[in-house]
Amino acid sequence: MMAQPQSSPKADKAPAIDFDKFNPTRSYTAARKRKDVAMRALIILAFVVALIPLVSVLWTTLVHGARRLNWDFLSHNMTNVIGGNQTPSGGYGGILHAIVGTLEITLGAMVISIPIGVMCAVYLIEYAGGSKLARTIHLLVDVMSGIPSIVAGLFAYSMFAILVGPGTLSGFEGSVALSLLMIPTVVKTTEEMLKIVPNDLREASLALGVTKQRTITKVVLRTALSGIVSGSILAIARVIGETAPLLMTAGYIVSTNANLFSGEMTTLPVYVYQEYSKYHANCPADAGSGCVTGIPMERAWSAALVLIVIVLILNLIGRIVAKVFAPKKK
Amino acid sequence: MGQQIDVNHLNIYYGNFLAVEDVNLHIAANKVTAFIGPSGCGKSTVLRSLDRMHEITPGAHVTGEVLLEGKNLYAKDVDPVAVRRDVGMVFQRPNPFPTMSIRQNVLAGVSLNNRKIAKSDADDLVEWALRGANLWNEVKDRLDNPGIGLSGGQQQRLCIARAVAVHPQVLLMDEPCSALDPISTLAVEDLIEELKSDYTIVIVTHNMQQAARVADYTAFFNLKAVGQPGHLEYFADTSTMFNNPQNEEAERYVSGRFG
Repeated sequence: MMAQPQSSPKADKAPAIDFDKFNPTRSYTAARKRKDVAMRALIILAFVVALIPLVSVLWTTLVHGARRLNWDFLSHNMTNVIGGNQTPSGGYGGILHAIVGTLEITLGAMVISIPIGVMCAVYLIEYAGGSKLARTIHLLVDVMSGIPSIVAGLFAYSMFAILVGPGTLSGFEGSVALSLLMIPTVVKTTEEMLKIVPNDLREASLALGVTKQRTITKVVLRTALSGIVSGSILAIARVIGETAPLLMTAGYIVSTNANLFSGEMTTLPVYVYQEYSKYHANCPADAGSGCVTGIPMERAWSAALVLIVIVLILNLIGRIVAKVFAPKKK
Repeated sequence: MGQQIDVNHLNIYYGNFLAVEDVNLHIAANKVTAFIGPSGCGKSTVLRSLDRMHEITPGAHVTGEVLLEGKNLYAKDVDPVAVRRDVGMVFQRPNPFPTMSIRQNVLAGVSLNNRKIAKSDADDLVEWALRGANLWNEVKDRLDNPGIGLSGGQQQRLCIARAVAVHPQVLLMDEPCSALDPISTLAVEDLIEELKSDYTIVIVTHNMQQAARVADYTAFFNLKAVGQPGHLEYFADTSTMFNNPQNEEAERYVSGRFG
């Protein structure tokens, strides 16, 4: 359409617009296509670059770790291991004590932090509104999520030094340190999950004459459950690899200690660190070919592989649980 | 049987803001009363104050009284949770509980309060409520399927079944058809017609044909200007409201010459 200014007898008229002028030109369309291709290439490249370290870590751990990973390694602890010599069972020591320690300490951290974290989030979303106390708690949770893990370890260590006695080390102490690191993650993910529960559902429940407490436990938390579970699993995956706070609080021993509340415990990351620190094992001159000087590093790799597998299994369990509890359409 | 509601000098506040001013209204038992009026005039707010759902908004409160069969719902010793069992509510958007099956949704009012219910009693209650909501024949073979798998209109009737399963005296409906297609709307309107023999029904609607179709009485709410409190402008039986209103504002509103 071309403008025809003269044809109108009326003076007060909307301006004539030539809409063809606003159509995209051919060169503009071509440029847009080029940009599209370039950005796609860039994004794929970024994705590949991000994948390189991930694949590399997995591959290296798999290659090095598979070497000494066998049933003997999983079913023995580090007692009776002398230098690089073989133990009577034919292996080179193992990580049974570290697996027990990791599972118990992490379970302890879960038991402490998930109830506290979920209840804190319920308070913030369902009760506090935008009150001053809520804002303060928000700030504290944010600060807490930034504290270095070594500080959490120090806190737990000094807390037990005051409550139980100086120099106390136990698995539970480690759980307390880890729960300090877990609580902010649990609070934040639970909060996000509670926020996306539609208000309609709360109103529907209240309008049926259901109390607020039951509305929260049976409708709101139930609807958000799948998200809360996956958030909690993520929080666990974050703390299960902690080394420094556990070294301070749970200590390090070579034998298996299944009592969370008394005596030192070893976890997998601490075990990896300790083996890595040894680096070399001694082999006396008269030792046979069974003596391996590089065995500590090999044990460290195998333990690392087991840790990765445990995290993987936890993630899988989390996904399955989340799927079971997720609202379904059909 | 339904019960009547008398609203006396009801002022409804959000914090310090007076949202609705001095409502006086008689809602007859076993009749359908429609609330109409422009957006923001407070008709939903008034509706929500009839089952004390209004006060779950932080800072919201009312003055005046709402008498259900002579008992003041806002008396000091009245538990709002108990009020909501006598006065049920259906919302604008169908909101079945997504984690529950059709059956569990219907039983929600009972089971969420942890009341033990025998399986045979539960079966009877589910059938009774779903028949009451004209949904039984459509879902009787898939009661254990999720409630959110139903169509929008079926979901809304499921919500009505859920509301009647706690056996209220009054049913409040906040634009129950505005998210539904015409066929589902017809199903819900037919249902309202049937339900009024057992319940007193109050319905908020933006659709004046709907008010004319389903309501026995119609209340027209209005507001003087945005930011001013809404008020009850005119109350009449429905045929008077739509054919011969004795109020200029109401006449302009129902004939579409508003504002």
